[in-house]
Amino acid sequence: MSGLNTLTLAEARDGLRARDFTAVELTEACLGAIDAGRALNAVVHATPDIARAQAIAADARIAGGDAPAMCGLPLGIKDLFCTKGVPSQAASNILRGFKPEYESTVTAKLFGAGAVMLGKLNMDEFAMGSSNETSCYGNAVNPWKVDDRLLTPGGSSGGSAAAVAADLCLAATGTDTGGSIRQPAALTGIVGIKPTYGRVSRWGIVAFASSLDQAGPMTKTVRDAAIFLGAMAGHDPQDSTSADIPVPDFEAMCTGDIRGRVIGIPREYRMEGMPAEIDALWDKGVAMLRDAGAVIRDISLPHTKYALPAYYVIAPAEASSNLARYDGVRFGHRAKLAQGDGITDMYEKTRAEGFGAEVQRRIMVGTYVLSAGFYDAYYNRARRVRALIKRDFDLAFADGVDAILTPATPSAAFGLGEMASADPVEMYLNDVFTVTVNLAGLPGISVPAGLDAQGLPLGLQLIGRPWDEGGLLNVAYALERAAGFVAKPAQWW
Amino acid sequence: MLDLTFDSPKPKVIAGAKHDWELVIGMEIHAQVASNAKLFSGASTAFGSEPNANVSFVDAAMPGMLPVINEFCVAQAVRTGLGLRAQINLTSAFDRKNYFYPDLPQGYQISQLYHPIVGEGEVIVDMGLGVARRVRIERIHLEQDAGKSIHDMDPAMSFVDFNRTGVALMEIVSRPDIRGPEEAAAYVAKMRQILRYLGTCDGNMQNGNLRADVNVSVCLPGQYEKYQATQDFGHLGTRCEIKNMNSMRFIQQAIEYEARRQITILEAGGSVTQETRLYDPDKGETRSMRSKEEAHDYRYFPDPDLLPLEIDQGWVDDIAAAMPELPDAKKARFMGVYGLTDYDASVLTAELDAAHFFDAVAQGRDGKQAANWVINELFGRLNKEGLDITASPVSAAQLGGLLDLLGADTISGKIAKDLFEILWTEGGDPAAIVAARGMVQVTDMGAIAAAVDQVIAENPAQVEKARANPKLSGWFVGQVMKATGGKANPAAVNEIVAQKLGL
Repeated sequence: MSGLNTLTLAEARDGLRARDFTAVELTEACLGAIDAGRALNAVVHATPDIARAQAIAADARIAGGDAPAMCGLPLGIKDLFCTKGVPSQAASNILRGFKPEYESTVTAKLFGAGAVMLGKLNMDEFAMGSSNETSCYGNAVNPWKVDDRLLTPGGSSGGSAAAVAADLCLAATGTDTGGSIRQPAALTGIVGIKPTYGRVSRWGIVAFASSLDQAGPMTKTVRDAAIFLGAMAGHDPQDSTSADIPVPDFEAMCTGDIRGRVIGIPREYRMEGMPAEIDALWDKGVAMLRDAGAVIRDISLPHTKYALPAYYVIAPAEASSNLARYDGVRFGHRAKLAQGDGITDMYEKTRAEGFGAEVQRRIMVGTYVLSAGFYDAYYNRARRVRALIKRDFDLAFADGVDAILTPATPSAAFGLGEMASADPVEMYLNDVFTVTVNLAGLPGISVPAGLDAQGLPLGLQLIGRPWDEGGLLNVAYALERAAGFVAKPAQWW
Repeated sequence: MLDLTFDSPKPKVIAGAKHDWELVIGMEIHAQVASNAKLFSGASTAFGSEPNANVSFVDAAMPGMLPVINEFCVAQAVRTGLGLRAQINLTSAFDRKNYFYPDLPQGYQISQLYHPIVGEGEVIVDMGLGVARRVRIERIHLEQDAGKSIHDMDPAMSFVDFNRTGVALMEIVSRPDIRGPEEAAAYVAKMRQILRYLGTCDGNMQNGNLRADVNVSVCLPGQYEKYQATQDFGHLGTRCEIKNMNSMRFIQQAIEYEARRQITILEAGGSVTQETRLYDPDKGETRSMRSKEEAHDYRYFPDPDLLPLEIDQGWVDDIAAAMPELPDAKKARFMGVYGLTDYDASVLTAELDAAHFFDAVAQGRDGKQAANWVINELFGRLNKEGLDITASPVSAAQLGGLLDLLGADTISGKIAKDLFEILWTEGGDPAAIVAARGMVQVTDMGAIAAAVDQVIAENPAQVEKARANPKLSGWFVGQVMKATGGKANPAAVNEIVAQKLGL
């Protein structure tokens, strides 16, 4: 059977239960697609042996009538997740050769629910980047292509986005600190949801910025996102920031009935210099939700313009501390030392060799904003801004808004290497619509909503109330149905 | 609550070449929390394990690992706070103190800079009869201990042992209320005693279980009073911090040296540089630990892996309700209930196990007599044999049984000592031993009189001497006691000897 790899999670799940095909067949189809898709550089470490063993076990469970939510469904896992005995490097040279002795809570839950791991996926180093170009494995490539240029799949979960969009796997895990699920999902025409902070355990996921990091699914459809999120989410006593809140049946909540739901349209997201196409797509999204029976309301989130600078203080500050453990002492890379080198030389050489330029830049920024004399001016001020941004959202939700619609990205996918000589801040602008959601700890989802003039996918973002992923997914489901986005990249690889 | 009345001791005065100087001392005590597991991981805290045997993935700071607070350690900090009559903060928070060192795997220590779990409290430090210093506690916070770097195992390499990494410490910060080296040592001793009573720290200084950073400054007489009136540190001298002291003796020596060093600088017209110093006990001097260029910028910020620590008053109240009797209260009770002297009460309350032992012996008996036996006979013997009270061959019940026999005049004081020896070496029930071995005191006047008559009849020359000098009658008492194997009631013998000699 060919083309099983193009199925959605829901289709594959139903097909497996109906015995239309086996998990082994499904897995082989994906492994074949991965082999054929090397040009995309989406998979940095394939795990066919594990995949086949898990598929056989899944088939046995299905045969035994015990098929949990993800049983037999082949997934790609972002390299940021620690997977037991399998290289887990956060796409960094400093973790070269690192194979954890433990399994992240998320992957353990997925495997417990019967999922199959196809391999580890490319990403920006330590999840720092918006184009997947900071990876030690080299960039992943967007399967969408309209001319000679190779395009970025976005970042940091670029490998996950490319792999799902190119049907190398049915779905993939991503993580999102400032937009790292939603931006690449938008640039590759797939769905990506960042759950409420605390919904998904961070245990075993290499930390970037602890107060912002949240894992989530990257899928072909909203329904798939609902299925996948249900399997990832839940309280974990090993993560003190994980919330002890029940996980509802998200899939059952995707009815598409959004009559009477109030959708806020924040005026501050209409940024100066925004491409007309993005503006038009946003308007189209508003119209679609209105047509589906939602109440559209203009709202104000007045502190939006301070979000990006606040984010680029808080995230590097936490990162500078979180990445201190990569010191060459216990695991990962250690520089070769010269005669007479001391411990400081060991640190300096190891970290200079092990970390790429963007990671080094953020460590430096983070160290600076936390240092004596600057802490109040930068870090503390950014925390206050963060509280104001959160309050903006709280007020909107308290005022009856159920979800907020915004563009997901300021542009479609751009060419690889195009930003190489740009000011780093230009790259940071990719996150302008997404970082507010992380700062406020809210759930946000990117839904493919159309193509730009060149024929590249564009996404819209929906932002939900805390812990209301179910309601958010339902609005996204309605939007997805209305948008009817079915385009697929032409296979050139 | 107990309120002892006392006078404050005089501050230590050091005569410089030009003036007299006073000392001002504040301390940060790092007390390892008595707990089976570490502060943020489930790994064991057992001392003396094989290197790196007690290390979890969290302790080793493996990628993606997260801290989870150990509730028991929080309870221990609260218990300590209550024991120091301190404010318990129902909301506290953890911060990261960032610096690189191989024995600090995370690259930061999780501590509580901005919002400690315990606020202001106090300790009464006894400095002699009716004299004590009230030392204010500024705060207590919880933090992780670091591991151990080992540099002397290999000429080319260093090793690290992470067993201690992540073990919970309480940092107990005092106000600068300590006024001399002896007071400083007494403060540490009192703190150690309280912590051991509370069971919140083992207080084993050799193991580094209790360590102190000592802040020392000197000022001219009168300045400290100005500070006290205003709490303005500007009235005091610049301080130096002597790090990581784990001996009472060295603390005193280091303070003494450091004060004189500062006085010498000041009297020569110089100024003291605020810095961290280390005490070298071999040379008897303090040395600067790091220069300004090497000073750390710890970049403290709230740990985003941990939510603020919220505890409820009910939980604190439960801990408060289960508090043990603390040293000051116990000492007062020993003095009040058992009629002990201040000195004896201090000796008996110094260590909790000894106090428990004494309490068991003294319960329902003559407290003073019990104190004499516990301190003189038992402690004396334990010291001689290098034994701890918990290893005493004579139990509280046995010693109590001995005192009962003594109190009932069943045995004499001399026999009691023999009985103690038997209990020490052979064990057994005191009353049964006395009965079985015929150690019962003879109070039969006829038998004693017969023994006296015999001694008098056999020693006419001594009788003459004793009649001339009644003080010599003691010789007859001794002879009678010897003849009766010590079992005769000494008072009865005395009386009959005097009567028979016609004294």
